[in-house]
Amino acid sequence: MNTARDWPLWEVFVRSRRGLSHGHVGSLHAPDAEMALRNARDLYTRRREGVSIWVVPSSRITASSPDEKDEFFDPAADKIYRHPTFYDIPEGVDHL
Amino acid sequence: MHDHDPEERFQAIIDDDGRIEPRDWMPPAYRKSLIRQIAQHAHSEIIGMQPEGNWITRAPSLRRKAILMAKVQDEAGHGLYLYAAAETLGVDRAELLDMLHDGRQKYSSIFNYPTLTWADMGAIGWLVDGAAIVNQVPICRCSYGPYARAMIRICKEESFHQRQGFEILHTLSHGTPAQHDMAQDAVDRWWWPSLMMFGPPDQESTHSEQSMRWGIKRFSNDELRQRFVDMTVPQAEVLGLRLPDPDLRWNPERGHYDFGEIDFTELFEVIKGNGPCNRQRMADRRRAHEEGEWVREAAAAYAAKRAAQREEVA
Ligand SMILES: [Fe+2]
Ligand SMILES: [Fe+2]
Repeated sequence: MNTARDWPLWEVFVRSRRGLSHGHVGSLHAPDAEMALRNARDLYTRRREGVSIWVVPSSRITASSPDEKDEFFDPAADKIYRHPTFYDIPEGVDHL
Repeated sequence: MHDHDPEERFQAIIDDDGRIEPRDWMPPAYRKSLIRQIAQHAHSEIIGMQPEGNWITRAPSLRRKAILMAKVQDEAGHGLYLYAAAETLGVDRAELLDMLHDGRQKYSSIFNYPTLTWADMGAIGWLVDGAAIVNQVPICRCSYGPYARAMIRICKEESFHQRQGFEILHTLSHGTPAQHDMAQDAVDRWWWPSLMMFGPPDQESTHSEQSMRWGIKRFSNDELRQRFVDMTVPQAEVLGLRLPDPDLRWNPERGHYDFGEIDFTELFEVIKGNGPCNRQRMADRRRAHEEGEWVREAAAAYAAKRAAQREEVA
C-alpha cells in the first residue's frame, strides 16, 4: 500500500450543531480512520459546518437492495392506521 | 410498478423529477455520460487552481492573500466532492486522474489562458466563477443524486468566489488610472473566453439533446450564455468597466442584451491543445502529482505504523 490508489473509501457524517443528528455529507479516501477524520474536517467543514464528525469505512455499510425495494418496504405500505390522520375525531375535541 | 422494464422505470423516475441513486439500475450510456461529465468537471476544478495559485505569493496584501488561498482551497475541495460523486458510478479516482494525466479526459478550456496581472484574479472571480455559477446552478437539480448534492455544496461556496473577484475589480477600477487600466485590460482578455465556457452554439452541441432527456442538463448552452450576459452587463456598469464588444446592446423586443459573434474557431483550437497554456497546465499537473508521491507514501507509512502500535497494545 504505497500510493493513494489503494486507500480505502470512507463515508463522512457530520453533526452540524448540537441537538441534531449526524447526516451523510459525502466520502473520501484516506489510509486510516484518523487521517480520514482530518481530511473530512478539511474537506467538509471549512466553514464551520460541523461540531462533530464520524467516518465509516464504506465497505462496512450494509444497505438494502434497490432491486427489491418495493417488496422490502411493502409491509409498511398498507398500514395507514399508523398515522394520526387515519382517525376521525369528532368536532370540538382539542389537544388530541 | 413491479414488472416494468428497468429502462422505462428509470425514465419514469426522471420524468417525475425524481433522483437516480448509485445502486439504481441505469442505462450504460447514462452512466458513461455522467462519468465523462463529472470527471471533466472535477478535473476543471483542480486544474483551475493553477492560474490563481500563480498569484498567491504576489497578492497585494495579507487580506487578499488569505482570501485567494481560501478560494484555491475551495477549488481543491470542489474537485474532491466531484471525484467522490464520480466514484459512486463505479470508477476509481486514481483511474480518472490517470485519464487526465495522459490526455484521455479533458478539463475546461478556460484554464488554458494565462494570468498576466493581479487584475486577472478579479476578472477570473467575477467572470469565470460567475459563468461557472450560471452553468452549475441548474446541475443542483440534476437527475443523478450524488452529482446534484455535490453541486449544491459547490454553488454555496462559489458565491464568495465571485464576490471577491468583483471586489478586486471594483477597488482597482476606482483606484489610480494605472490600476483602472489594469482592470480594464483583464476584462478585455477574459470576457470572450468566459462566454465560450458555455460551450458551442446549440446547433453544434453534440451531447445536449440526450442530456436534456436524462435530466442531466436543463438549459441549452445558448440559453445559459444569454443569462450570463444579461446578469453581467449591469454589473460592469457598476464596476465602471467596459465589456469589449461593440455589438453589445439592450434589445427591448427580446428583453435581452444582444451581443457580438463569438469566435468559436479559437475555442476549438484551445480544446485541441493549442491554447496559450495547455502544455504548461498539464506539465504542472503531472509534476504536482509525481512530487506529491512522498506525501502519499508517508501517510501510508504512518497508517501502517499506527496499526502496528495498536496491535502491540491489544
Ligand atoms: Fe469551483
Ligand atoms: Fe470557484
